[in-house]
Amino acid sequence: MTATFLRRLYFTIVALFLAAPLIVVAGVSVNARQELTFPPKGFSLAWYGQIFADPEWRLALIHSVTLAVCSAAIAVAIALPLAWFLWRRIAPWANIFQVLGLAPFILPPVITALGFLTFWATVGLFGQFFTAIISHAIFFVTLPLVTLSLGFASIDRSLVEAAATMGADDRTVLKTVVLPLILPYLVSGYAFAFVLSLNEYIVAYMTIGFTTETLPIKIFNALRYGYTPTMASVSVFFVAVAALVFGAIAKFGDIRRLLGAMSSEGN
Amino acid sequence: MRREAPKSFADYTPLLFPGLMLVVFFVVPFSTMIAVSFFKRNPAGFYTPDFVIDNYARFLTTFFAGVLGFSLMLAVLVAVCCVSIAFPFTYLLTKRSRRAQTLWLVGLLSVLSLSEVIIGFAWSTLFSQTAGITNLFVALGLMDKPVALLPTFGAVLAGMIYQALPYTILVLYPALVRLDPTLLEAARTLGASPVKAFFNVVTPALRNTIVATLIMVFVFALGSYLLPQILGRPRHWTLSVLITDQAIYQSNMPFAAAMAVFLVLISLALVGLTLLVGRRENAL
Repeated sequence: MTATFLRRLYFTIVALFLAAPLIVVAGVSVNARQELTFPPKGFSLAWYGQIFADPEWRLALIHSVTLAVCSAAIAVAIALPLAWFLWRRIAPWANIFQVLGLAPFILPPVITALGFLTFWATVGLFGQFFTAIISHAIFFVTLPLVTLSLGFASIDRSLVEAAATMGADDRTVLKTVVLPLILPYLVSGYAFAFVLSLNEYIVAYMTIGFTTETLPIKIFNALRYGYTPTMASVSVFFVAVAALVFGAIAKFGDIRRLLGAMSSEGN
Repeated sequence: MRREAPKSFADYTPLLFPGLMLVVFFVVPFSTMIAVSFFKRNPAGFYTPDFVIDNYARFLTTFFAGVLGFSLMLAVLVAVCCVSIAFPFTYLLTKRSRRAQTLWLVGLLSVLSLSEVIIGFAWSTLFSQTAGITNLFVALGLMDKPVALLPTFGAVLAGMIYQALPYTILVLYPALVRLDPTLLEAARTLGASPVKAFFNVVTPALRNTIVATLIMVFVFALGSYLLPQILGRPRHWTLSVLITDQAIYQSNMPFAAAMAVFLVLISLALVGLTLLVGRRENAL
């Protein structure tokens, strides 16, 4: 009895800790006037409209979405052939590419960001929008690489063998057996990279921060020049997008497995 | 289809695009950064090619030693707090229904994916005078009037624990969810209370996992680049903040690069240590 109570209490405290800042931000985002007060005075959803109506915020939104859509696609395009090769072939030295794919995510982000800054400055392309797309694709390639490796590891090799015995060549096996089986992992890899790219600040700032504003850059710049409730509404918008995407992954896939439960293959 | 060694050159073609991208856009930038750390600062542009070790010599100042000491101390504190909160939490989480676990995991991922800018903004609001938590204390009669709780060291610590806690839980989750349940059953059969079983059986069994997680969270906390800036004073700045500041605002890229190389070496040494700890665990 008391054990159950203590457990509930512990879960409640952790939940409150994680939710408290977001509750306050959601509260200030519906203030009727442009002021930072909680509990909110009055009620207005105008600040949510501002994300789309205000030209500056709308432009930042468009930049962020473009960046996330493109960079996640490139990240998957890099990860898919690599993960497939590592699953299909015995080539120990090719593991070096796997390490390279995991490294940007394990190292402190400032390092990767500074690497990109010095690189783009040296080749003279500093500030161009596409440099941020490539940088994000490399920075987040880890996510589709990990989900796809899990996906390939989960394929029953006898299925593939059966297809091959019946005369299917590599390409046919890939198209008719392998790709349908790993599609959920491909989609979640893309989704993870998309959400994180949408939220990413330091790499975007060090590559295109002087010429272009993404939403996180815009929030940070706005933070330095004072407060507007649009910052709060954008933050709530971001939490909602993340919760929706991960909720969808949980609904249509097995998020527990993706995060390491019941996988016999992951180290 | 069995795994086979590549026979012809054509078998290597899938590696072409990923390999090219990773080498050109990761290995080359990384090497560029190392090269720049030996270059000379050019106040007008980015840098002038040279070979000097001045940038590294600056590590010997007391200012840098202070920043480094503070960064390491803060990261250790964050790692210890996060693992102490997350370990019992994750253990209890794995005992709950699948549905509850999924719900928590979705929530944790959503918080983990949040931009550091948003976390900083959210905590600065929560700790502010006009919209902050002290208003609640005033309403409850615990305080006379609302106060601002930032910029303070406590605010930096709270923000960084908030950022690292979901990460810690998700790192611990696989190890705890795969923990052999018979271990616990044996302890219970022999008369241990759940709490006792947790401390005397589960915790020692996962000692190496805990150490590895501590190191990983430590590296993660070292990477925090905005929270000390938004929630603290300049004396609460960490190495990551200093690197950003030198690269962007002081436009001293060579010095920023030298500090980054230093940070890489610390992180790599620690990641290597994690792998070593993990290997020993598997060997057992």
